[in-house]
Amino acid sequence: MTMLPASTRKKLGLVIDLDICVGCHACATSCKEWNTGGYSAPLTDTDPYGENPSGVWFNRVHSFEVSAEDGSSRTINFPKSCLHCEDAPCVTVCPTGASFKREEDGIVLVNPDTCIGCKLCSWACPYGAREYDTDDGVMKKCTLCVDKIYNEDLPAESRVPACVGACPTGARSFGDLGDPNSGVSRVVAARNGFDLMPEQACKPVNKYLPVRKRINPAATPPRELKPAVNGVGEALLKWIDKTLSR
Amino acid sequence: MHPAFSVIFFTTASGAGYGLLALLGLGTLFNWLPRDNTMIAAAGVTALALITAGLLSSTFHLGHPERAWRALTQWRSSWLSREGVMALLTYVPAVVFLGTCFLADMTSPLARIAGAMSALGAIITVFTTAMIYGSLRSIAAWHNVWVPPVYLILAAASGMLLLNTFVVWFGGPAGAYPLVSIALFVAAFAVKLAYWRHIDHGNGGTTVTTAIGVDRNSRVKLTQAPHSQENYLQQEMGFRIARRHARKLRQIAIATGFLVPIVLSVTLFFDAGLATRVATVLAVISTAVGLLIERWLFFAEAKHTVSLYYS
Repeated sequence: MTMLPASTRKKLGLVIDLDICVGCHACATSCKEWNTGGYSAPLTDTDPYGENPSGVWFNRVHSFEVSAEDGSSRTINFPKSCLHCEDAPCVTVCPTGASFKREEDGIVLVNPDTCIGCKLCSWACPYGAREYDTDDGVMKKCTLCVDKIYNEDLPAESRVPACVGACPTGARSFGDLGDPNSGVSRVVAARNGFDLMPEQACKPVNKYLPVRKRINPAATPPRELKPAVNGVGEALLKWIDKTLSR
Repeated sequence: MHPAFSVIFFTTASGAGYGLLALLGLGTLFNWLPRDNTMIAAAGVTALALITAGLLSSTFHLGHPERAWRALTQWRSSWLSREGVMALLTYVPAVVFLGTCFLADMTSPLARIAGAMSALGAIITVFTTAMIYGSLRSIAAWHNVWVPPVYLILAAASGMLLLNTFVVWFGGPAGAYPLVSIALFVAAFAVKLAYWRHIDHGNGGTTVTTAIGVDRNSRVKLTQAPHSQENYLQQEMGFRIARRHARKLRQIAIATGFLVPIVLSVTLFFDAGLATRVATVLAVISTAVGLLIERWLFFAEAKHTVSLYYS
């Protein structure tokens, strides 16, 4: 059913720290690895070894150069995947009921057995989180690794989305953003986590943490260095230096 | 947005078909049509043929056309589903209406009720088609108040042109028909100009800075795309047309889709036998070309917010 649930018991999602991300693409490749054998398998690649490789990815990392008004600029590495929105427009436009948002944890999924491949959901998503599989003729998207996070065959510490487990810098966290006391909610509150495109009114569950303000070198000039020893000590050291340098 | 021919053909052909069906239905309800059952039947069959061809065409771009029936289930939330339901429902009165052309008097209550129901179904179906696009906030060129009127009035105008053609070819007096046709095309032209003016100003408030959450006055440049080659998002949503080409295509669409049918409709005031008939056919051909370009531009000029991440 493509009516959105009035509320969900949990709001599982990701928090991505743009201040930490180094743009290594480990989240994207580990996502591809897990999910090409997971719920939406396979993540088809066309012409993978040819001139024009193309394929389905649930997570893509963009790198931007952002220049401020004062002329200073910095690189922001920007991983982007499904934000599992509370008001997900991709779900309500679905004519078949293949797209749905789970009442228990808020995860947005596509049922590959009932999707007709009309692509309207990918048009409705402002973030470009959904990708069409031309080979399967159905739409595919991030599952928040629904087949991993609840998998009791895995050790407890591995029950996180593949992208979170793979991040070498700890830029990605996973948890219940509906619980104000969860670790992810606390870090969002402490670091002024924000929504992407808030004006699109999708109420994304995933949050991003901003890049920290750069320290302005002009505001804190370098300290003037003073000699470590003065007076007699300095004269003695000079004499030793001169003598040894002969 | 990528202009897929199947969808362009669907919206223009079925639009004209629903327009013609609605006018036949209203004409029967209010007794405006010539008393010529053969003409009404021929026009009605043409309307249903256009509608059906368009609907079939729209299923061609589906990944799984054999599951298309599932699209009838989510009418509570989805405009696409509502369109499917309304398109099928409209067949019921339309077939009854066509049947009365062959079997009964067009002034009978059955014909008039079926005509009224057909017209209502046709109008609602075209409105649902427009709302599929109008409901997508991610595409500012579609998410505005001008989209439903553009679809509705263009459907009415192209349907009226077809009705004119049938009336003239079946030897009926053109009467006030060309006047209605001209009025509809002038209205369509005005609404389309207003639409173009609207989309030329404003991006819906979403910019690259809100897309990645940096200061509003920052300049943002993509230094590394996620992948070396174009992906689905760029192929489907990243289609861009040069502003210069768009302007030229708009002019061609205006000339062929609006001005030519208006001028040729004026000639219908003078009953010149074969020349009048030829004029109606030329008007239909020219309008078809113009509306296909207009609909192509509707997609090609529409910018999706995801393209902000690739600019």
